[in-house]
Amino acid sequence: MDFKLKDARPIWQQLADQMTESIVTGEYQPGERFPSVRDLALQAGVNPNTMQRALSKLEETGLLITSRTAGRNVTEDEEILRAVRRQLAEKRVAEYLEDMEKLGFSRGKAAEYAGNFRKGQEL
Amino acid sequence: MNTSEIIQCTNLQRTFGKTKALNSVDLSVGRGRIVGLAAPNAAGKTTLIKILAGLLQPTGGSALIDGELPGVYTKTITAYLPDKPCFPDWMRVQDSIDIYADFYTDFDRNKANEISRTLKLDRNVAIRTLSKGTKEKLQLMLVMSRKAQLYLLDEPLAGIDPAARDFMLHTIVAGYNEAGTVLISTHLITDVEKLLDEVIFLKEGSVVLHRSAEEIRETEGKSVDELFREMFRFEA
Repeated sequence: MDFKLKDARPIWQQLADQMTESIVTGEYQPGERFPSVRDLALQAGVNPNTMQRALSKLEETGLLITSRTAGRNVTEDEEILRAVRRQLAEKRVAEYLEDMEKLGFSRGKAAEYAGNFRKGQEL
Repeated sequence: MNTSEIIQCTNLQRTFGKTKALNSVDLSVGRGRIVGLAAPNAAGKTTLIKILAGLLQPTGGSALIDGELPGVYTKTITAYLPDKPCFPDWMRVQDSIDIYADFYTDFDRNKANEISRTLKLDRNVAIRTLSKGTKEKLQLMLVMSRKAQLYLLDEPLAGIDPAARDFMLHTIVAGYNEAGTVLISTHLITDVEKLLDEVIFLKEGSVVLHRSAEEIRETEGKSVDELFREMFRFEA
């Protein structure tokens, strides 16, 4: 996995966000085995304790299932995947609307613009 | 002994003539942590590490490793990386490995071979012919090949190019014994920021901050490096 980390935000949150993303976008498939703490920590260049904390977060959300023998696997529960996808979509749309509002466009206008969007389109 | 704290310093002091290198250090560090010891130059980093490594005697107060004063026992569980590598002139890389293996029961030859291969260290070469950076790599390889309870790394990244730096950090994370604690001293926090559980800031021979790195980012909304720059800003 390719991690991109900035220093000023808690690192475990950034790791958790990026791993969540990699699951809901299908980089890791439902049921697939997830890499070990140490491997992930090495890939990200972070402390294993920090990676552990990020993984715990994904276990809490239900995206990862830990079993004592089989390690960590991506959930096969479509319900959970859908819920997380919706949360992410919500967040992005809210950000978009907020940004557009700052630029002086109403919600309706922003939605219409997004709906018909192609590059170079007039507003 | 197996105390809950691997390092315990109480009112630790060290003077050199009239200079107070360590004013009064109170410090306890737990197990299984990667801890950054950050300070500007001449704040006492190396003095503190040398006392913990058993190479310097304190002039006041005490330092305990696993509940014991630095000495024969603590040296068996402590792996120390000096601020400058020092090897006798006659040694080849292989000799240094043999000496470490002979000296420390927790030395893992397989690990040493593995790291030497990745670092492309030729084991038949005389150490004095190696570049400064390669010597540092060799030293780190030797230290990280031990299964120690405490790793004391004094400026492990000082003489190394940025590409090798990532490799060194990788070696530290991949190598350290998970139940062990790693204390890394540095004046360049950015290099190690992402690795740290905790940070300790030393100023003029005293601990002025000891906190969890994530907690700093969470509560201050800034990186450890930014906080460091703020606290040690040059005031003209």
